[in-house]
Amino acid sequence: MAVSVDEAVSAGPVRDHSPPARRFGGRGRAVLEVALLTVLAVVMLFPVLWMIETSIKENRDVYAIPAKFFDFKVTLDHFRDVFVASGGGRSALSVSFLNSVVVAGVSTVLATVLGVPAAWAYSRFSVKAKKDQLFFILSTRFMPPVVVVIPIFLMYRQVGLFDSKLGLILIYTAFNVPFTIWMMKGFVDEVPAEYEDAAMLDGYTRLQAFWRFTLPLLLPGIAATAVFALIFSWNEFVFAIFLTSSDSVRTAPPAIAGLIGGTTVDWGLVAAASVVFALPVLVFAYLVRKHLVAGVTLGAVRR
Amino acid sequence: MAGIEVTALHKRYPDGTVAVDHVDLSIGDGELFVMLGPSGCGKTTTLRSIAGLERQTTGDIRIGDTLVNDLPPAERDIAMVFQFYALYPHLRTRDNLAFPLRAEGLPKPEVQERVDEAARLMRLGPLLDRRPRQLSGGEQQRVALARALVRRPRAFLMDEPLTNLDAELRADMRTEIKHLQGELGTTMVYVTHDQVEAMSLGHRIAILNKGRVEQIGTPLEVYDRPASLFCAAFIGSPPMNLIEVEVADGKLRSKSGLALTPPPGLPRDRSLVAGVRPEALEVTEPGAEGSVPARVVSAEWLGDEIIYVVDHDGQRDVRVRMPPTVRFAADAPVGLRHTGGPPPVYDVSTEELVA
Repeated sequence: MAVSVDEAVSAGPVRDHSPPARRFGGRGRAVLEVALLTVLAVVMLFPVLWMIETSIKENRDVYAIPAKFFDFKVTLDHFRDVFVASGGGRSALSVSFLNSVVVAGVSTVLATVLGVPAAWAYSRFSVKAKKDQLFFILSTRFMPPVVVVIPIFLMYRQVGLFDSKLGLILIYTAFNVPFTIWMMKGFVDEVPAEYEDAAMLDGYTRLQAFWRFTLPLLLPGIAATAVFALIFSWNEFVFAIFLTSSDSVRTAPPAIAGLIGGTTVDWGLVAAASVVFALPVLVFAYLVRKHLVAGVTLGAVRR
Repeated sequence: MAGIEVTALHKRYPDGTVAVDHVDLSIGDGELFVMLGPSGCGKTTTLRSIAGLERQTTGDIRIGDTLVNDLPPAERDIAMVFQFYALYPHLRTRDNLAFPLRAEGLPKPEVQERVDEAARLMRLGPLLDRRPRQLSGGEQQRVALARALVRRPRAFLMDEPLTNLDAELRADMRTEIKHLQGELGTTMVYVTHDQVEAMSLGHRIAILNKGRVEQIGTPLEVYDRPASLFCAAFIGSPPMNLIEVEVADGKLRSKSGLALTPPPGLPRDRSLVAGVRPEALEVTEPGAEGSVPARVVSAEWLGDEIIYVVDHDGQRDVRVRMPPTVRFAADAPVGLRHTGGPPPVYDVSTEELVA
């Protein structure tokens, strides 16, 4: 159904009863949509595809001009180099990956353990200046890390937290707790407080009521929140590069960035390290995707 | 079973909100006592204080002979039914009913026996193996009631239990609750904002406003002689007509001359308002004896009755309840006449009943 603008305007009152959107709709529109989305998808995904391709190319194919898109030899050497040092033994990169797992994992667990009960308390109890407190908690997230990293660096050096995993864990937890409180408060608000009231009438203490009845209903929310916190800690770069100096403490983002620079850059290794770095978060998000969707839609409890 | 005494209850939240200003209640053993009021009047907070879910700032609560101020909810020997049912979502109906008994540590055969008895009483037989989300709203509320029953508590506390049900079901459940309470003879405190529910259920009604008790009385007392202008406006649908009146040569007259039967002991030196129920007025042919001229603004035909809204000199929107046989067209000139006994009269400045 091709209708020119002139026709559409001068068609008179009765000729076409279909709603206005349909005049520009139909096949043409669908084709255009698909084309536009394809272009967008290619533009967005090309760097990712190129990263994956580079990670499995041999070095001379990586530097080939013109670039080779399809006809290259597949090799997993770069992935081996990510984990194994050139003389045997563990590579510095593999150590930094392990550091990332420890730092991101522990800080996420800590933020959840601290943030969920806090969110519950803010949701359930009448607290003096509750809104101001919540705003203050959120305001700690307003400042970009790079603004506070120098003072924190100085403080950490004084108290001996500089270049330690504990230091990174603490700072990531501090950044994730406000986020956890805010996001979890929304989930707690959705669970009727009557469950806890009923449980208390049945003989449980307030904390037991929370633990036995509210917490299980919060699990989808906790999963969604933890994924976001984990992604933050896993990807964090600024604190990681300023607050660590040795290879044994450094997390993956600064370690991968450290591969670039110097006289030659082993792009195959950079790409392979990036792929390995991206995978855990993707896998984790995929595993909890059901909870993520539930988290976005909320309203899981019928009122 | 036990009565409940609430003395000088005051509840102030940490953020400064005063939910309950001053409430005294004396609820008799076996009474169905209704707390009625608009939202934010403190009725739910009072109930939650009785349950022990809130700790009052000052004041005493006694259940039976026990001072329960510092007892946790579970040790007060009461059961509560909530607006949102609060059935544990992961438990079947049977286990939801048994839950409070198992928490008490009762032996298995007795738990079984009590659950069966409550299920029989609330006719839950076919629902025993379903989970809450497989039940309709009405069924969930029946399970919630049964869960309160199994504990055989000294008192039931009901927090707007019918608000979430549709109108027809609400009427059924109302009857059921009233019947059940009568049969068990257990003290029940029932909170609602619905005056019809309050009137039809309560042995006595307490009307609360802004954290204070405005009036306590039987449904008829509350209807016939509201203790304040607030109660007068709150009870009854359509509400009482509040007509400015003055006392002249032993008569009570509105400004336009509508004569009302005067109650004894009227003060003379204050500005007064009379509360006249729609059924204590009559729309007549214009010029009928004892009537003042008026005009019909609108008529609501309800089938069994007609509510006329009339204007008469200086007094707008007077509501009159008439039988469906008496018909006047909109805008027709009519007469307005008072037919009832002496109406309650209020002081405009204090808003209290004076005669």
